[in-house]
Amino acid sequence: MFKPVIKSALCAAVALGFATVSTTADAGNDRFKKVLERGKVVVGVKADYKPWGFRDSSGKLVGMEIDMAQDVADALGVKLELVPVQSSNRMQFLQQGKIDLMIATMSDRTDRRKIVGIVEPNYYTSGTNVLAKKGILKKWADLKGKPVCGKQGAFYNKIVAKRYGAKVIAFVNNAESKQALRDGKCVAWVYDDSSIGSDLASGEWSGFEMPLNSEDDNPWGLAVPVDEQNNIWGNFMAGMQYRWLTSGRLIELEKKWGIQPTAFLKMQKDKLTPARKHLK
Amino acid sequence: MLETIGPFFQKLYEGSGWNFIIFYEAYEYDRFVAAIWVSIQLIIACLAFSLVVGIVGAWAQGAKSRFIRLGMAGYIQFFRNTPPFVQLLTFYFVVGTITPQVDMGGYYEPVIGAFGWAVISLGFFAGAFNTEIFRSGIEAVPTATVEAAEALGYSRIKAYIYIILPLAFRVCLPALNNNLVNLLKTTTLAYAIAVPEMMYTANQIWSDNVNVPEMMIVLFLYYIGLVGILVWLMHRWEHNMRIPGYG
Repeated sequence: MFKPVIKSALCAAVALGFATVSTTADAGNDRFKKVLERGKVVVGVKADYKPWGFRDSSGKLVGMEIDMAQDVADALGVKLELVPVQSSNRMQFLQQGKIDLMIATMSDRTDRRKIVGIVEPNYYTSGTNVLAKKGILKKWADLKGKPVCGKQGAFYNKIVAKRYGAKVIAFVNNAESKQALRDGKCVAWVYDDSSIGSDLASGEWSGFEMPLNSEDDNPWGLAVPVDEQNNIWGNFMAGMQYRWLTSGRLIELEKKWGIQPTAFLKMQKDKLTPARKHLK
Repeated sequence: MLETIGPFFQKLYEGSGWNFIIFYEAYEYDRFVAAIWVSIQLIIACLAFSLVVGIVGAWAQGAKSRFIRLGMAGYIQFFRNTPPFVQLLTFYFVVGTITPQVDMGGYYEPVIGAFGWAVISLGFFAGAFNTEIFRSGIEAVPTATVEAAEALGYSRIKAYIYIILPLAFRVCLPALNNNLVNLLKTTTLAYAIAVPEMMYTANQIWSDNVNVPEMMIVLFLYYIGLVGILVWLMHRWEHNMRIPGYG
């Protein structure tokens, strides 16, 4: 009489056990599943970092990283939703689940890896340099005691202040810090060399130059939620980056957006492209 | 200071992950302390300036000259009807570029810096409200009292300083109290023009050390403390100025 009861209880327990096991295994894939379920991937991108992420004349977000986000959405077969993020809040957007993925010109730093899931291979790199009026700066040490404009949230503000004794005046957006430079409120604007390069190439900065040797060359990292770094979502993005680098897609995008070609992308392409000699 | 509290917060970070770096690392501690100083200077300067604007403004509102009265009304409408954030940016980026500055070789040292513009902009903003608050106080002073002062031979300005204003103050202190607390909180907007006050510095610190929740808590407690002190001072003032049987 009791046997069937015990048996069914046992079955239930086992089933429950399996259920628990399978949920623990899936816990780190919640975000990835959600993306597929809702048929939409939400990507955090920059809106003030020309030409990686900015608004065109109609107000639409465009740029190299937006194209990359579109590639991700296409590969997943889902729709793309873009969320503009700031340097100072982009990691919180990801932590709080407001975005599924962040491609926002972020430098890959040790302390950041504790908070968001940065996946390799890094898709880009840049160093720190300054934009200044021609003929004023010769070396980094010239910045000592002088006002240098920057953007709130950039990690090199502190480095420039600590290493060279510059007085960093950091504004909320690049538009304000660049305006402050034009107004002569500071002697230079400290930022990524790649971004300064494209500013100079845009022709809007005649009379200005990038006079110093770039320092602290640092790879950029895109990020998924930290729990998913080693699960499907993280592995998927690692694969995306590998394909972008080896297929020459990023070099193509660099050209499309008028960015000075970087040695990094060519080097990565050569390094990561597998020897296919064994294939006939 | 850092030696005493440093080890505790260092341990807290290692043990629990709560990173109150400002209490154990010298560089961040110095930044934090400098920010306390700047923000208190900013608050005191803004409060003082807005009070002066309010007192002068309320007097100007009742001036004989039509031009002064019209000018005053225009000022109040302009500053009350535009966001303080926009005013701050306009002062710094528009008015700031046409004010005199000294060429320092590669950059210009302005006569009025970011701090100065913050005080001017926020002071005028809160001053517009203070003007209206003082006016409400002045209007509450009975005409009979003013007439009595005139009968005793007081000139308009003397009557304003010695009779009207002291009485008006007592009436409008609660409203003034409110506006000053608001102004204290509004000084955080100065982070947008890079005045290194508490909001700006906290932002820098959390960007460099990715400890947003911790710095948010510090910010909250800091401003709760400051507002608490201001309210306490204002209440004491209100209490000391009380005339038994009046108001």
